[in-house]
Amino acid sequence: MKSFFALCFSFFATAVSAQELAPDALVKKISDEVVSIVKQDKDIQAGDQKKINELVDAKVLPHFNFSHMTALAMGRNWPKANAEQQKALINEFRTLLVRTYSSALTTYKNQVIEFKPLRAAAGDSDVTVKTQVKQPGTEPVSIDYGMEKTPTGWKAYDVVVGGVSLVTNYRETFNAEIRDGGVDGLIKSLASKNRSLDTQASSKLK
Amino acid sequence: MIILRRFLGLSLLTALVGLGGCATTGGNPNDPLEGYNRAMFSFNDGVDKAIIKPVASGYKAVMPGFARTGVSNFFANLGDLWIGINNVLQGKVRAGVSDFGRFAMNTTVGILGLFDVASNAGLEKHNEDFGQTLGRWGVGGGAYFVLPLLGPSSVRDGIGRLVIDWHGDPLWYVGNVPTRNELIAARAVDDRANLLDVSRLAEEAALDHYAYVRDAYLQRRRSLIYDGEQPPESDPAKDSNSGAGAKADARAETELPPAQIVTERGERVITADDEELTPAKEFSETPAQPVAARPEATGVTGAVYEPRIPYNHDALLAAPAVRTGFARTSRRP
Repeated sequence: MKSFFALCFSFFATAVSAQELAPDALVKKISDEVVSIVKQDKDIQAGDQKKINELVDAKVLPHFNFSHMTALAMGRNWPKANAEQQKALINEFRTLLVRTYSSALTTYKNQVIEFKPLRAAAGDSDVTVKTQVKQPGTEPVSIDYGMEKTPTGWKAYDVVVGGVSLVTNYRETFNAEIRDGGVDGLIKSLASKNRSLDTQASSKLK
Repeated sequence: MIILRRFLGLSLLTALVGLGGCATTGGNPNDPLEGYNRAMFSFNDGVDKAIIKPVASGYKAVMPGFARTGVSNFFANLGDLWIGINNVLQGKVRAGVSDFGRFAMNTTVGILGLFDVASNAGLEKHNEDFGQTLGRWGVGGGAYFVLPLLGPSSVRDGIGRLVIDWHGDPLWYVGNVPTRNELIAARAVDDRANLLDVSRLAEEAALDHYAYVRDAYLQRRRSLIYDGEQPPESDPAKDSNSGAGAKADARAETELPPAQIVTERGERVITADDEELTPAKEFSETPAQPVAARPEATGVTGAVYEPRIPYNHDALLAAPAVRTGFARTSRRP
């Protein structure tokens, strides 16, 4: 039965492009692909950052809307940033999120991802795809994806793990940075955080 | 030790009440005690880096994976009883019965809890404690409060943990005091070892480690009290078409505080005997709400609170009366 579904699914996946996939089907497709690659690749399991980055760049990032993510993290401060500042913020925030959370892939250990039925009407352009990661011994961890419809397919703008949004969790910090040093101060802090992670990563290699 | 613990709990209580009285200023309405909290956070962090984390890392390195899982399962199994009691206290009888079933099954078939056979049999583990029960009953979280050694908490959760929770912890009833203390220490090491990956991630991801942990704690507790069905936070991208900044501002002010289950009119959004709240049931019984129906839903605020009507998320979000119902916890001492 399972393999029958898998067969149907692989046919489905090749027949329609990512643009036409329903949001939950899209998340499932990407999760399945990424998990199967991580399971096979010993280098990724061992923490080979270059290979992890390649995988994330190719499979995951095209399905995220980083400008919406940055706006969500900024909250009421978003309109205070001008176009140029917004661009810089998106860039730095994207770097920070991708760097820190892509390394989490190495911690994957045969957990089962379960999809809850999608609650959405036909015309909805903004939905939440709810999943649960199950592992015996601990309570299941929910991972919810806030997804919106764009001309290039559904894109995720929020990831909520166990009720904690990886995006809005930055809001208070961003508020405080902006209160102290303005939008430029926040951009500077993000940039220097990214630089310090860079030097950490390169010192680990040596 | 019990006396010491009781004393610690009591003195903390008085400290909390005292501090709560003079809670003023600060940038964050959830964190009026930020000065104290930051100091305690860095103290805890220092102890963690010097002692707890190295011990936990060593334990993780030395123990084979299956043995560590057994240890985690053993302690988790003992916790299921108290989790079950809290589920019952919150009116979630079915979940509570499932927890007791887990305990019975894992203690017997699972050999004293070393194996979590109940999860494989479809009885999921839950996460409950007395702080959540208080939250479910309508007690606001109060100020964020970093406990010595135990870490992030709030006035409500701290009281739940230090005054009530340990009464429901089987380890505290172990008669032989040295054995009991060893078991409690072993559990702490095991807990910390399970969190090594998460704590490294949080340190890497955070601009401000203290604020990152605080905000994650507050979001997490809010989600736990709502059992994952909490209203989302404000989003400028969605609000931009109708009055941009001001609206986002207003929502941020009213929604950011942690779970507050009683509305301004004193009605409970979540009632104590609200079995319908469990997601499984909600998904099977609540039909998808078409977008066009949302404006009409604004008028039916009363219906949303009916205990037997499935918790209607969309209507709740669309109704401004409900949204502003999440009173700021900082106002509640």
